[in-house]
Amino acid sequence: MSRSALFLMRMRGFLRKEVLQIYRDPSSIALAIFLPMVLLFIFGYGVSLDAEDVPLAVVLDDPGPEARDFAARYDLSIYFHTHYAKSIIEAERWMTQRRVEGIVHIPQGFAADLLAGRTAKVQIIINGVDANRARLIQGYSHGILQKWTEVRQARGEPALRPAATVTQRVWFNESSISRNYLVPGLITLIMTLTGILLTALVVAREWERGTMEAILVTPLRRIDLLLGKVLPYYVLGMLGMVLSVVVGIFLFGVPFRGSILALLFLSSLFMLASLGFGLLISAVIRVQFVAAQISIVAGYLPALFLSGLLFDLDSTPRFIQIISYILPAKYFVTISHTLFMTGNVWPLLLPNALALASMATLFIALAYRNITKRLDG
Amino acid sequence: MLATLRRISALIRKEFASIFKDPRSRMVLIGPPLIQFFIFGYAATFDVKNVRYAVLDEDRSSESRDLLARLHGSENFECVQTLSSDEEIATVIDRQLAKLVVHIGPAFSRDIHIGVPTTVQVILDGRNSNAALIALGYIGTILEQFNRDLAAGGSAGAGGVLLEERAWYNANLQSRWFIVSGLGGVISMVIVMIVTGLSIAREREFGTFDQLLVAPFRPGEILVGKSVPGMLFGFLDALLFSVGAVWWFEVPFRGTITALMLALACFILTIVGVGLLVSSLSMTMQQALLGSFVFMMPAVILSGFTTPIENMPHWLQIGTYLNPVRYIIRALREIFLEGAGVPMIWPQLWPLLLIACVTLPAAAWMFRHRSQ
Amino acid sequence: MGLGTADDQAAKSDIVLVVRHLCKSFVTKKGAPAQWALDDVSLEAHAGRVTGLVGADGAGKTTLIRTAAGLLLPTSGTVTVLGLDSAKEAIEIQRRVGYMPQKFGLYQDLSVDENMTLYADLQGVPMAERPERFQRLLRMTDLTAFTRRRAGALSGGMKQKLGLACALIKSPRMLLLDEPTVGVDPVSRRELWKIVYALVEKEGIGVLLSTAYLDEAERCQHVVLLHEGRNLDEGAPQKFKDRIRGRVFLITPPADVKPRQIQNHMAGQKGIIDATIRSGRVRVVTEHGWGAQVAETLPAAWRPHIREALPQFEDAFMALIPRRQGHFQIDPHPAVRKGLPQDEVVVQTRGLEKWFGAFEAVKHLSFEVRRGEIFGLLGPNGAGKSTTFRMLCGLLSASGGEIRVAGHDLRRSGAQARAHLGYMAQQFSLYGQLSVAENLTFYGRAYGLGDPKLRERLAWADAEFDLARWRATPAGQLPGGYKQRLAMAAALLHEPDIIFLDEPTSGVDPLARREFWLRINGFAEQGVTVVVTTHFMEESEYCDRMLIMSQGASLAMGTPAEIRKLVRTPDRPDPTIEDAFVALALGEVIPGGHAADNGKGDSP
Repeated sequence: MSRSALFLMRMRGFLRKEVLQIYRDPSSIALAIFLPMVLLFIFGYGVSLDAEDVPLAVVLDDPGPEARDFAARYDLSIYFHTHYAKSIIEAERWMTQRRVEGIVHIPQGFAADLLAGRTAKVQIIINGVDANRARLIQGYSHGILQKWTEVRQARGEPALRPAATVTQRVWFNESSISRNYLVPGLITLIMTLTGILLTALVVAREWERGTMEAILVTPLRRIDLLLGKVLPYYVLGMLGMVLSVVVGIFLFGVPFRGSILALLFLSSLFMLASLGFGLLISAVIRVQFVAAQISIVAGYLPALFLSGLLFDLDSTPRFIQIISYILPAKYFVTISHTLFMTGNVWPLLLPNALALASMATLFIALAYRNITKRLDG
Repeated sequence: MLATLRRISALIRKEFASIFKDPRSRMVLIGPPLIQFFIFGYAATFDVKNVRYAVLDEDRSSESRDLLARLHGSENFECVQTLSSDEEIATVIDRQLAKLVVHIGPAFSRDIHIGVPTTVQVILDGRNSNAALIALGYIGTILEQFNRDLAAGGSAGAGGVLLEERAWYNANLQSRWFIVSGLGGVISMVIVMIVTGLSIAREREFGTFDQLLVAPFRPGEILVGKSVPGMLFGFLDALLFSVGAVWWFEVPFRGTITALMLALACFILTIVGVGLLVSSLSMTMQQALLGSFVFMMPAVILSGFTTPIENMPHWLQIGTYLNPVRYIIRALREIFLEGAGVPMIWPQLWPLLLIACVTLPAAAWMFRHRSQ
Repeated sequence: MGLGTADDQAAKSDIVLVVRHLCKSFVTKKGAPAQWALDDVSLEAHAGRVTGLVGADGAGKTTLIRTAAGLLLPTSGTVTVLGLDSAKEAIEIQRRVGYMPQKFGLYQDLSVDENMTLYADLQGVPMAERPERFQRLLRMTDLTAFTRRRAGALSGGMKQKLGLACALIKSPRMLLLDEPTVGVDPVSRRELWKIVYALVEKEGIGVLLSTAYLDEAERCQHVVLLHEGRNLDEGAPQKFKDRIRGRVFLITPPADVKPRQIQNHMAGQKGIIDATIRSGRVRVVTEHGWGAQVAETLPAAWRPHIREALPQFEDAFMALIPRRQGHFQIDPHPAVRKGLPQDEVVVQTRGLEKWFGAFEAVKHLSFEVRRGEIFGLLGPNGAGKSTTFRMLCGLLSASGGEIRVAGHDLRRSGAQARAHLGYMAQQFSLYGQLSVAENLTFYGRAYGLGDPKLRERLAWADAEFDLARWRATPAGQLPGGYKQRLAMAAALLHEPDIIFLDEPTSGVDPLARREFWLRINGFAEQGVTVVVTTHFMEESEYCDRMLIMSQGASLAMGTPAEIRKLVRTPDRPDPTIEDAFVALALGEVIPGGHAADNGKGDSP
C-alpha cells in the first residue's frame, strides 16, 4: 500500500474514533452545544446595559403650566416611569428606600425665570451607585430637555434659545441596543470554550485513561495526531458557532450585515488559534483538572473581560490594553462586531484576520513541537 | 459530645493541612483571586475614557475652534484625525479609527451671530452602543457649557433651562466603585465554592473517602468539618479584598463593620451549602471544578454585579430572587456606598439565610445518599 | 547468555530484541539526584519463545518494555528491536511490534468491534484481510459474542483479552506485554496464557512479558530476573530451580497444630529465607548451606513431619533477591489480648442481599466469622465479593437481610459499630500530602483517642511498623512497602476488634506480600478478627476459612483443606486452591452441601 493510502487509513480510523467518542460522551456534547446555548441565553437575556422604565420621582414645586409641560416629557419617555412626590423630602425618602433611582426637582420660580429670559434651573438627583446607569439617565435627561426645547420652538413659545444643539446619528446600531453588540461578542466566548477548554480536557483525558500510551505505539505520526485532534474539534466548534449565530439572529433579532462566507473564513482563523492554544495546553498538561483550570484562567476569563466584549477596551488602563493585544479574542470580537453590525469592511477586517492567522500558525506550530511520541518528552 | 468535638477538630485540622500541602489547592487559593481582583478592578469598567474622535470643521470660525478646543481639553476625549470632507466620515467610522465624528457645518458661526439655533452633528459608532451613548452625553455637557458661556458673553440670547445634576453616593460617577464594592462577595464565593467543592471530590478521587466513611464519623460531623475551612478562607478573602477595595482602589467605606461581617457570614454560609452540594454530586475533582464553574457563571452574571438586574426581562428578574449572589452584591453596595447598617441590609440577609436553610440540609442529604 | 553452544548460535538468527548496557534515569525534581530505573541491563529475546521479565515493584520492568516500544529514550545503551534502533527508528518498530501497556488504552465508549477497527486502521491492516483476521482474533479471545458491546462494559479479563487482540491486529513479529495478567482472575489468566502460547508456537513470534506472579515465570522459556534496575540473573526457569535444590522443605502440620503457627515459628529462625503456607503445608527455603540443619530448628514434635521438596521458581526468586533493610521479623510468641472471649461470633450476616436497580449483585448470603479468625472472600471479578465486603464495613447499605458487626446492627448503630473496626482499602488511601505522623494522628483522633492514649499508640506504630524514621515524610512519597505498612498502622491504631482488608496485596511485590501476611497472622494470633478479599489464590492458604463467591451467590465455604478436598480426583491428587477455584468457577465441580454448610448454621 502506498504511503498516502496508509495515511488516509490512519486518519480515517482516528477521526472515526474521535467522532464516536464525541457522539457517545455526553460531557463533550454538553460542553460544545449545551453550554454555549446556556451562555447565549444568560447573556442574551441577563446582560443588558439599556435602562428602561427607570423609576423616577418628580417634584413639582412650581405650579405653572411650563413646569407641568416639562414634567410631562418625562411621563412620555419610554426610559422613565414617573412617580409624583408631594415634596422634595418625600422624594428623598423614596430615594433612600430605593423606590426611585432619581429625582427631577422643578423648583419654585421655574416658569418665572423662563419667561423672564433668565436661566431656569431644574435639579436632577441620581443614585450614583451604578455609575453607568446613572450616566445613561443623565444622557436621557439631556435628550428630554432638547426635545422639549424643540417642541416649544415649533409651537412658537418664547425665550428658549440655546445657541447650539447636538444632532446625533448612531451608525450600525441605530437604536443603541446593547444586545446587538453583546451577542456577537459572546460567539467569541463560546468558541473559546470549545477550542480551548474542550480540547485541552479531551487530550488530558486520553493521558489519564491510558489510551494515549496505546495510541503512541502505533505507527501514527505526530502530524497525524495533530490533525486527528484539530479536525473534529474544529468542526464541533464551528457547529457551535453557527448555532449561536442562528440563535442570535432569529431569537435575539441581532442584525447581520456582513457575508456568511467572510464569517466562516474569519471564524475559522479564530477557531484554529483557539484550538492551537488548547492543544498547546494539553500537550504540556496531562491532567484534566489542571488543564481545566488553566483553560478557564487563560482562556475564558480574558475572553470575557479583556477582549472588548463587555467592557470598552479604550477606557481601560494602558497595561490592560497591552495585554489584550496577545489575546486572539480581542481581534475576533472586533471582527464579529463589524460583520454583524457594519458589513464586510475589509480594511478593518484584514489586519485583524492577519493577527489571528499568525496566532493560529504560532500556536499550532508550538503545539506540534510539544506533541511527543515519547512518554518522557 | 466531647468525642464529637474531638472528631470534628481532627477533621478540620486535617482539612487545613491538606489544603496547605496540596500545590493544586494552594494555587487555586492564591492565583485566581488575585487575578480576579485586578482584572475586575482595572478592566471591568463602564467608564468611558480616551474616546477617539475625528473632527470635520467646515466653518473654521473662532466659535467652532472654541467649541473644539473645549472637546480637545476634555480628558475623556482624544482627537485622532481632522477630516476635510464628508466622504471621509464613513471611512473613519467603518474602520474604527474613531468612535465618533464631530461635524460642524459651514453656517455654525453665522447662525450663532444672527441668533438662529444651530446644530452640531455627532456621528457615533454604535458597535458598542453603551460607550457611544455615554460619549454623546459628555459632548452634550460640553456643548451646554459652551452655550452658557456664549450667553454670558452676550453673543447669544440668555435664558433656557439648566439641568443641575447631582449623583448621590458616587458623586463623580466612577463605575469602578460599583464593581469593586461587590468584589469581596464574588471572590469569596469563588474561594468557598472551590475549597468546599473540591473537598469531598478530592477525597473520592484519592480514595480516602471510604476510609473516612468507615471511621465513626456521623454525616453531620463530616459536613461541619468540611465546611469550616472553606468558610474561614472565604471570610478572610472577603475581608482582605474589602480592605483592598478601600486602600487600593479608593472605594469609600461608609457603612458599619458589623453589617459587613454579618452580611459576609450569612452569604458564605449559603455558598458553603451550594459548594458541598456540588461536591457531594461529583465523583472527581474535575467534575467538581466544572460544576462550580457552571453554578458560578450564571450566578455572577445574573446578580447585578456588572450589569443591572433592572435591565433584565421581567421573568428573569423574578428568577434572580433565587440567586444568593444578588443579595450580597446589593448588601455590599449599600454598606460601602450608601452607609448602611445592619437594619438597612436586613432585607438582603433573611433571603440568604432562607437559601442556606435549603442548601445545607440538601448537601447533608446528598452526601449521605451519594455515599451509599 | 552467549554461552557459545551450538544451539545458541543457531538461535542468533531469530533474535528479536537486543538490549545492550541499557541505563535509564528519571529526573524527579530539579537538583534532586536522578533516579536510576535501569542500571546497565543487557538481555536478548528470541523468536518463538516467551521471555519473562520478573521482579519486584520498582525493578524496572515497565521502563524496559516502554523503552523497547520506543516510548522512552535510553539515557545510555541501546535497544534493538527486530534489527531497528528504538531511539532512532521508533515508528518502524511500532509498525512491526504489538505492545500492550499495563493499563491498556481501550476506548471505553467504543465497542469491541470499533476498538479493533481503530487499531487496524492505525496499523494499516488492508481491508481485504480484516474479516478473516478479526474473526480469528475474536475466536481466539472468545469475544465473538460481544463484538457490539462497549469496552467499558466488559469484565476485567475480557478487557485484557481485547487489549491483546488489539495488540495482535497486524500479526506483529514481536509482542511486548507489560503485566498482562494483573488484576485478572485465575480463569482469565489461564486463557490469556493459552493465547500467548498459541501465538508463540503457531506463528513463531517472540514475546517479552513482564509479570509479578512468580508462578507465571515458570511458564516462560527464558526468565530475566530484574532487581532495582539490574539484571540479577537469567536463564531457563529450570536453571533457577536447580540452583536451590536441597534447600526447600515442606512441613506437614501435625493434627493439632495450625500451619500458621509453624510458619510463624520458622519465619523467625536463623538460616531461613522464606516460610510460606502452600496447600496446607509450610514451605521453607533455607540459606545456602543450611539445608542440612533445618530440622534442628524445629521443636522435636514437629521433626518427623518435614521432608525435602522440589524447588519452584518462587523459592529461587526468594533466595536470589537481596534482603532489604529492616526485614520484618515476627515475634514468635505473640501475647493474646486478654479479656476477649474466644470463639465468639463477631461478624454475622443473614440473608444478605444487594440490588443495584434490577441487578441482584449479592444473593441471600449468610455466614459467620468468629473472633481471631482470618476469613477470606474469594471470587472472580464481578462475583459480588467487593459489594459484600463494602456492605460489611458499612460503606454500602444492604437491600435486605441483616449484618451484625461486633455486636451492633449496622443499620441502626453504624457509627458505634464502625468504632470497632479497622479498614484498609484496595488502593493506597491515606492523605498523600500529609506526613506519616499527621496521617496517624488524624486517624487516631477520628477514632476518639485521647492524647495520652494517642501518644502510646503512635509509639506502638513506630515500633511495630518501623515508621519512626519516616515520620515527617509525606505519605505519598513513601516507598511502596512502607505505604502499605502505614495504611495498616492507621487501620490498627485504635485497636479494632475486626479489620477489613480489601485486596491488601494487589500491586504489592512478592517480598512485601510475605511480610504483610506474617503480620496479619500475628494479629490474628492476638485475637483480632480479619476479613480479607484477595485474588492471589495462594494467599487464601493463610485463611482459616474462606467463602468462594460466583455471580453474587456463595459457591463454597470452608477451610482451605475442605475446599481443596472438593476437587480432589484421582488425576489430581493434590490440587491447589487455584485448581479448586477454577474448577468451581467453571462449574466443573458442584460442591456438595457439606463444605458449604460447615461454617454456618442456617444455610438455605
